[in-house]
Amino acid sequence: MKHLLSAADLDHDEAVAVLDAAERMAATQAREIKKLPTLRGQTVVNLFFEDSTRTRISFETAAKRLSADVINFSPKGSSVSKGESLKDTVLTLGAMRADAIVVRHPASGAPSRIAGSTWTDASVITAGDGTHQHPTQALLDAMTIRRHLKAGAGDLAGRDLAGLSVMIVGDVLHSRVARSGVDLFTTLGAEVTLVAPATLLPVGVETWPAARFYDLDRALAEAPPDALMMLRVQRERMSSAGGGFFPSPQEYTREYGLDARRAAALAPHAIVLHPGPMNRGLEITSEAADGPRSVVVEQVANGVAVRMAVLYLAMTGEKEPAV
Amino acid sequence: MNYLIKGATLPGGRRADIRIEDGAIVLIGRAGAAEGAKVVDADGLIALPGLVDVHTHLREPGREDAETVLSGSRAAAAGGYTCVHAMANTYPVADTAGVVEQVWRLGRDAGYVDVRPVGAVSVGLEGRHLAELAAMARSAAQVRVFSDDGMCVWDAVLMRRALEYVKGIDGVVAQHAQEPRLTEGAQMHEGVVSSQVGLAGWPAVAEESIIARDVLLAEHVGSRLHVCHVSTAGSVEIIRWAKARSIAVTAEVTPHHLLLTDELARTYDPVYKVNPPLRSADDVEAVRQALADGTIDVVGTDHAPHPREAKDCEWAAAAFGMTGLETALPIVHQLMVETGRMTWAHVAEAMSARPARIGRVASQGRPLAVGESANLTLFDPAANWKVVPELLQTASGNTPVAGRQMRGRTVATFYAGRPTVLDGRVLEGVAG
Amino acid sequence: MATTEVLDGPDISRAVLRIAHQVIEKNHGAEGLVVLGIPTRGVPLAARLAGAIAQIEPDWAKALGQLDVTMHRDDLSRAPTRTVGLTAVPAGGIDGATVVLVDDVLYSGRTIRAALDALADLGRPKAVRLAVLVDRGHRELPIRADYVGKNLPTALAERVRVLLSEVDGRDAVLIDGATR
Repeated sequence: MKHLLSAADLDHDEAVAVLDAAERMAATQAREIKKLPTLRGQTVVNLFFEDSTRTRISFETAAKRLSADVINFSPKGSSVSKGESLKDTVLTLGAMRADAIVVRHPASGAPSRIAGSTWTDASVITAGDGTHQHPTQALLDAMTIRRHLKAGAGDLAGRDLAGLSVMIVGDVLHSRVARSGVDLFTTLGAEVTLVAPATLLPVGVETWPAARFYDLDRALAEAPPDALMMLRVQRERMSSAGGGFFPSPQEYTREYGLDARRAAALAPHAIVLHPGPMNRGLEITSEAADGPRSVVVEQVANGVAVRMAVLYLAMTGEKEPAV
Repeated sequence: MNYLIKGATLPGGRRADIRIEDGAIVLIGRAGAAEGAKVVDADGLIALPGLVDVHTHLREPGREDAETVLSGSRAAAAGGYTCVHAMANTYPVADTAGVVEQVWRLGRDAGYVDVRPVGAVSVGLEGRHLAELAAMARSAAQVRVFSDDGMCVWDAVLMRRALEYVKGIDGVVAQHAQEPRLTEGAQMHEGVVSSQVGLAGWPAVAEESIIARDVLLAEHVGSRLHVCHVSTAGSVEIIRWAKARSIAVTAEVTPHHLLLTDELARTYDPVYKVNPPLRSADDVEAVRQALADGTIDVVGTDHAPHPREAKDCEWAAAAFGMTGLETALPIVHQLMVETGRMTWAHVAEAMSARPARIGRVASQGRPLAVGESANLTLFDPAANWKVVPELLQTASGNTPVAGRQMRGRTVATFYAGRPTVLDGRVLEGVAG
Repeated sequence: MATTEVLDGPDISRAVLRIAHQVIEKNHGAEGLVVLGIPTRGVPLAARLAGAIAQIEPDWAKALGQLDVTMHRDDLSRAPTRTVGLTAVPAGGIDGATVVLVDDVLYSGRTIRAALDALADLGRPKAVRLAVLVDRGHRELPIRADYVGKNLPTALAERVRVLLSEVDGRDAVLIDGATR
């Protein structure tokens, strides 16, 4: 694996292999000495055109635990506002001999452009591009789900999500988390159900390998989930200027929010995920977010392990000779 | 200089020699000795009337880094054209007699094709006030086609006024049909592919709703409407319906909408970013069928050159548009003629006669006949060539068919009796 | 290509048993021993060795585990990406213990160098010993084994393959390559 641009790039066995590697990484993180020498001498650049302290810190921690040098570069508000192009930014990083570039960008496909260009020969890992993909988020969600619902006896290695039902609720239209999740969870054998008002489902969603509901209560009754993922709703989406995708936050919460009543109706083993940051009181109430089913904090921890695994898999192996 | 074209195949299929003297065709049939004329061997070549493009962006004045009237004219000649309509979205906008005359003069000075400026419908393409359409019509440029191309004349009242007003100058409004609110931030066709690649969708209805409104307006005020770059099956249905009601509507399709689909957006290569966007395979089939059955009248290139930096970036930041003058005829040949969907006579209608009539260009789009001005092109349908952007005449490299194999190529083009292209090469210093 | 079988199943069993005795003798019993196998084939070998030790010293708690060294290797950019293996340390940990590392073949010494680094991340043993089934020579680092099943001088062009029934369905040590 040279690049990780999309969860759809991973086939079943590759996806399981990433999760297995992530479990191994997680095991090292329970030790007193957490740092491994694996990527010593290699450089990872976190190229974040969009603010995301959480994701950046997660990648930075992962890279440092593997002994890579980390350079954080957030062109937002600096070079970009001076008109520097994506190309020039990447050429600059190439001159700094980056071995891997972790890219977060508001434009869908920007990481694919970098990976497919002659601007750099570094590994490119998507850390969220526009409304396209956020593959490491899907992987950490899958890791969390697998741990909780596929543990059984013995080692998790080799197991997928077959037979599990994953429900994703909220702004699917604008969500790279949802797109990555649908790709990865179905690759791993899970059944995926999407729940959203029709305004927040993309045209073309009918071709996705996922069931759809407009009514959360009906969905919970008819397709009871083993894992329930609540997507973040951006408040600006509700105003008419931003598109008027729903009438008011109150109506959204009534129709699609996870509250104590809905959480209580879940199956006893079911877990609740949220990619964060949460809008408490909008898509999820504090009771549900802090309740016993919530695995939100574990998701964050698993994020480091998944990103260690992805960096390991992308940055080791035979290097193509430099031209 | 006089010319004798030997053994060309006419659009109707007959083989004939064509003698050109003093800019006009003086003989079609069996010529005897050359009698001092330069002989052009046209064995195996198709002779077509010089092609006329209703939709070209020459970028000058203002964006000479992308194209100039000269470089664009050379590209046109290389593609078999003898007349192009230069769109109004220049800097400054071609919304006054002064700007359209400048473009017209640049075209005349270049000397490769008849450059017919298109005038803006509204001042500054802003969609608020009518530009001085009559002044542009009465200028040396004799503008007959008015368009805010790139911007839709979305205000129904302004569109109504424009349609009414051009009746007095025998003009036509060429509409870029794009409902602006439905396409805010739009990046590509809205459908299966956009849902997966996460690019904001440009729904077909944003095109179709404007076309539906406009054909009704054209009917109501009894004026001529031309629909630019039709791209959806639904648009075709509306135009078919309008023509059945005898509404004076004509429609155009681009080579790229005949050839390419939105699947290409999966590459995120902005060379495939265009407005209107590449559509689904069903839409592509619909516009091919519509061109074949005459619902779509003409092929217009929407040749839209951009400098490299406008495409050497992420998709969302890239400019819309692709070049097309030099590959239009090979694409139509391959998709429509080789498949038996169109005859060469039909191609001559769709790429020469009808576009000239839409633009009211009297000297262009005429049949190959004795006494007509010698505007014609010789096309070798057997030639195979690979598109290498650097080898094209256009100053920009944003061809969507780079690296693709083209079937057929322009061997010679005659504009007003003088060759602009001979032996497949664009001639220098043709301005006379 | 010629293949020679240099050890068969009974040979391997005898070698493991002999090493078990040597380990106990050197350690003056089994007290404080932790046996760690290096994946892949060091793991079943370690289990066999620990089993043999436990038979001889029934009071031993049979402290058995495995130590993956992938993340500590120095050749990660020279070979195809390796699957990260499982590290499992017995409940008592390795602090103060005498760790016996077990691998199938000792060759360049680089795997053992990585193992020593990996071990240091897990704790501070009192001593570390190395047991291998085959020592084929050609060391690139100053490392030697404490316990060797069989010394097997080889040419660089030759390939040594250890087969174990737990992984491969049968027990054997084979040499592929130059005729011997």
